[in-house]
Amino acid sequence: MQAYLKLDHIDKIFTRGNATTEVLKDINLTIEKGEYVSIIGHSGCGKSTLLNIVAGLTGATHGGVLLENREVNSPGPDRAVVFQNHSLLPWLTVYENVKLGVDKVFSKTKTRAERDAWVMHNLNLVQMAHAKDKRPNEISGGMKQRVGIARALAMEPKVLLLDEPFGALDALTRAHLQDSVMALHQKLGNTILMITHDVDEAVLLSDRIVMMTNGPSARIGEVLEVPLARPRKRLELATNSGYLKCRQRVLEFLYERHRFVEAA
Amino acid sequence: MSMPALKTDAASTALPVTAAPVVTMTPKRAPQSEKYAKMAKEAAVRVVPPLIVVAFLLVVWELICRRAGSTLPPPSRVFSDTKELIFDPFFDHGGIDKGLFWHLSASLQRVAYGYSLAAIIGVALGTLVGQSVWAMRGLDPLFQVLRTIPPLAWLPLSLAAFRDGHPSAIFVIFITSVWPIIINTAVGIRNIPQDYRNVAAVVQLNPLEFFAKIMIPAAAPYMFTGLRIGIGLSWLAIVAAEMLIGGVGIGFFIWDAWNSSHISEIILALFYVGIIGFVLDRLIAGVAKIVTRGTAVN
Repeated sequence: MQAYLKLDHIDKIFTRGNATTEVLKDINLTIEKGEYVSIIGHSGCGKSTLLNIVAGLTGATHGGVLLENREVNSPGPDRAVVFQNHSLLPWLTVYENVKLGVDKVFSKTKTRAERDAWVMHNLNLVQMAHAKDKRPNEISGGMKQRVGIARALAMEPKVLLLDEPFGALDALTRAHLQDSVMALHQKLGNTILMITHDVDEAVLLSDRIVMMTNGPSARIGEVLEVPLARPRKRLELATNSGYLKCRQRVLEFLYERHRFVEAA
Repeated sequence: MSMPALKTDAASTALPVTAAPVVTMTPKRAPQSEKYAKMAKEAAVRVVPPLIVVAFLLVVWELICRRAGSTLPPPSRVFSDTKELIFDPFFDHGGIDKGLFWHLSASLQRVAYGYSLAAIIGVALGTLVGQSVWAMRGLDPLFQVLRTIPPLAWLPLSLAAFRDGHPSAIFVIFITSVWPIIINTAVGIRNIPQDYRNVAAVVQLNPLEFFAKIMIPAAAPYMFTGLRIGIGLSWLAIVAAEMLIGGVGIGFFIWDAWNSSHISEIILALFYVGIIGFVLDRLIAGVAKIVTRGTAVN
């Protein structure tokens, strides 16, 4: 099968003055179209850096990212990012925040009315159409993240990049939003690359889990296939042996073989 | 997936609806006059204390300056001396013998020109300095030195350059108010969160769109801090500059009154200068509040 997104021998070295830190070492990963891949690792292992490299926000020191066999090294709407802290522009309404991307991406291909309908369609997908005229500081954290997802989806990205999208949310809101993302993935068939440090989240959502060793010079330690049928139901999986086995594997990797050495 | 959400929403809104009539009935029964009374009370809380202080100060002033041989007139004399100026601010007998309205409007016009120029150039230079490290390294030391020069020190130089009082006054206003605008704008631009820059990069805004859609709104609270300091400074500078330049204007009106020993007129003019300075400040603050809605709270 042809690789849709390919991370090819990526190294990342940060240089500050005389000090150089090798953050990522020889990262190789291929992702197929429609796949949901999570990257999990302890904090500081460079997983966010890796996502930023895929997004084009940070350059790789060696190696590169290939999307449909073409190198991508600058940011663009084909790799839309849902940021951890939502990053909605506070002076724009929910509608305008989504529209910002839509207007740029579809300026030539869609008429004004079509763009408007497209914005509303995406707000509907995340059940946020009712708040379209609200400003970000008037809605809850979970709602902001929903809008962030709508903004990214509305750009029709080839790959959707999620940077710890549920990290800043409380447990109940997080579960709710995870279910929403699963439903969207089921419905739209997006290719998704997600950064997380939550084992349950990774197992529940992903087709494959990429486990990273601790930095510096973090590498891909292990890639785990999650052989669970979709649609997945949170409650049923709690007692599913396949689910528990996957969970066990990831936990073992993170807490036995690659224990976070510094004080947590 | 969406169904449970909708259901819970409906359930949670259903509860308050049944309770609502009981809640809304109580305020409705209360007479309208109670609302007005409350508003009047709130207004009184704001207005009465300063009124008492002003009245007290006027009485003290009156008592001090009432004695024979006092160098300054008491408030009662100020009022009787300047009655004509107060009640007819629009007369125009040619030359500089005009009502206070004309003097004030001439000063305000100069401020408007100088300040507008300062706002445009200040925001532009501030953006440059905030955006480019090299522009900051090159220009910032220069700004830090130039901004400490007192406004009036520029006047002789600008008179030499322009050979005319009017543009010189405008230049003094400009040079006085431009620094805080530049410096605050630069700080605002430098403080734009990386998140917003990332969003702009992913959406692929071009530099012009980035400037209009991200930079200006994100830096607006800082910009308006600078603009507000700037308008205060320019109103400070205009009075001093006009004293030296002459012609129609509130500054020269004060100087002229001093030369003709019309102390009461000076006091009246100071009162107007204060009020207008206050209004200008509130004006910019009001514009800031409208423009930066949503931006300040994040």
